[in-house]
Amino acid sequence: MTTATKWHIGFALLLLATALVVGSLAAFAFLLPDGIALIPFRQLRPIHVSAALFWIISGATAGLVHFKRVEFGETRGSILYTGFLVLWIGTILAVFGFYAVNQYGGREYWEFPPLLAIPLLFAWLLLMADYFRAWLKRTPDPPLYVWMWSTGLLFFLITFIEQNLYQIPWFRDNYLREITVQWKSNGSMVGAWNQMIYGTALYLMVKLSGDEGIARGRKVFIFWFLGLSNLMFNWGHHIYNVPTAGWIRHVAYGISMAEWIFLINIIQGFRAKMTEQRIHRNIITYRFLLASEFWVFLNLILALLMSIPAINRYTHGTHITVAHAMGTTIGINTMILLASIGTMLGMDALPDKERRWIKIGRRITTVSLLVFWFALIAAGLLKGYRSVALGMTDFQAMMQPVNNVLYVFAYAGLGVLLGLGIVVWAYFNRLLQPSS
Amino acid sequence: MRTVWIILFIAFAGYTALVYTNGDAGRMEPATAQVRAGMDTWQQQNCASCHQLYGLGGYMGPDLTNEYQRAGEERMRAFMRYGSGRMPALELNDAEIDDLIAFLAWVDRTGSSQVSPENVHWSGTYLIKPTTP
Ligand code: HEM
Ligand code: HEM
Repeated sequence: MTTATKWHIGFALLLLATALVVGSLAAFAFLLPDGIALIPFRQLRPIHVSAALFWIISGATAGLVHFKRVEFGETRGSILYTGFLVLWIGTILAVFGFYAVNQYGGREYWEFPPLLAIPLLFAWLLLMADYFRAWLKRTPDPPLYVWMWSTGLLFFLITFIEQNLYQIPWFRDNYLREITVQWKSNGSMVGAWNQMIYGTALYLMVKLSGDEGIARGRKVFIFWFLGLSNLMFNWGHHIYNVPTAGWIRHVAYGISMAEWIFLINIIQGFRAKMTEQRIHRNIITYRFLLASEFWVFLNLILALLMSIPAINRYTHGTHITVAHAMGTTIGINTMILLASIGTMLGMDALPDKERRWIKIGRRITTVSLLVFWFALIAAGLLKGYRSVALGMTDFQAMMQPVNNVLYVFAYAGLGVLLGLGIVVWAYFNRLLQPSS
Repeated sequence: MRTVWIILFIAFAGYTALVYTNGDAGRMEPATAQVRAGMDTWQQQNCASCHQLYGLGGYMGPDLTNEYQRAGEERMRAFMRYGSGRMPALELNDAEIDDLIAFLAWVDRTGSSQVSPENVHWSGTYLIKPTTP
């Protein structure tokens, strides 16, 4: 691993640690009256969400850059990549600096002053230049994960630019257009980082099983194209209740429902998974990948239900959305990234005593995250019932019992903090060892 | 593979153009200078970390899409100026408060955040009648 990659991983892990600590603070700040919390919720939320998002994107790019080097047979470091890293880390640090002095840009997920999007854009272009330079020399018929990495990088660029189009008055002067474009880009951007992350997950599975076949062939690609269509066209499920043209809703509903096929496919694959599990049970990479698949299964059921407008009517704007958002970013994305970084760090080469800690951390995470996730769903159901079915209008009265349930969520969050904290700590230890 | 990818990409580009130009079904009330200023303040103060518009945003405070209609201007002014038990007083000046009110009134006129039961079609989707501003 190059020194640049080490910095990349270290920074990504630091972001995850920040997301965990600040998330825990935010969960309690949400419940306690303003003034008791050391840092107000208004400040904690952007720090938490930005740290979480940048963790995912930084973790995804770290894996992608490292494994594409192996895949494309590159031996030397690259100035383009170093340039990316310097700009990327520098700008993200600036983002937190602005939050510290209460300067915001106020867009969901990208809550920093919009000028900072410019260096991030440049950083991304450098990263793409580094990747596509090597990609041009690729074998003529690349395996699926190479397609996924390339597509993810490109669509992140597209959605990132789209995200900032609101600077142009033509977009923001029409509120329906402004909200539609904002959620079109947000929605597809999740798809873009999933392409990069799932690409790496597939790469890891190929290397673990030694079977190139799982990244080739007709069926694999048909499923991929189905996923890609979802990236492109399913974002309308974020704005079902916005009075846009009806077809935006119908297209999103139809495309989202195609994902039932994924669910059926997972269920059909259960038996094969059992055998696979027996073979690889002791490998850290595999255990994290397996954990992510468990969360894909749970989250997909919830996501599919939320994507039906008649159900979304009750869940939209409630903590069920938060359950989905964190269930997927922690359960799916973070688990795959921990598999990927664990492989890069060679965690499986460590003595059993050290590896045991990771196992403990992973188990604590799984159990706490389950409680965390169900508590958020319960809170959301309660709010949906009280505000939509009962039509309560007094907000504080309506939220009273919901907040009680959220205490369960906040305490379970401490378990997630502990569990993932152990893993992050073990990874850091390894990163700082000279031999890693 | 490449052909399918390119076809999908072209479909995506075409759909994007359609969404940009026709996604609002022709219902638009252009923002005035004051509405724009209000939107800027909304963003700079990061109101969305606690409040939602059309159910999108934070979860600590109420959805404000139709608050202009429901609570009225004076009540909104009081919250913005003094805060509440849960909402911090944001130290906004009078002009900023006026702008925010103009912005939220404009948002209110675009439609209703809550979809009523009559709009739910048996197939599960919504059929929302345009509320021409
Ligand atoms: C210790 C564990 C954690 C706790 C207690 C926690 C708590 C929270 C809280 C309180 C919110 C704000 C919800 C609101 O506005 O009311 C939030 C939002 C969010 N968190 Fe976490 N968090 C944790 C870990 C993470 C991690 C590790 C990630 C991702 C890697 C993550 C991703 C997110 C995202 C994407 C949102 C935005 C949700 C939305 O807008 O729907 N969180 N979290
Ligand atoms: C790893 C995969 C996924 C990730 C990381 C993810 C992430 C997110 C996030 C962060 C949000 C919150 C947006 C907000 O703050 O309002 C969200 C909302 C949503 N997602 Fe996903 N998502 C994933 C997969 C899916 C899938 C497969 C579906 C449907 C089949 C789906 C359906 C939805 C819906 C319907 C909403 C909007 C909820 C609402 O506002 O009413 N998601 N997703």
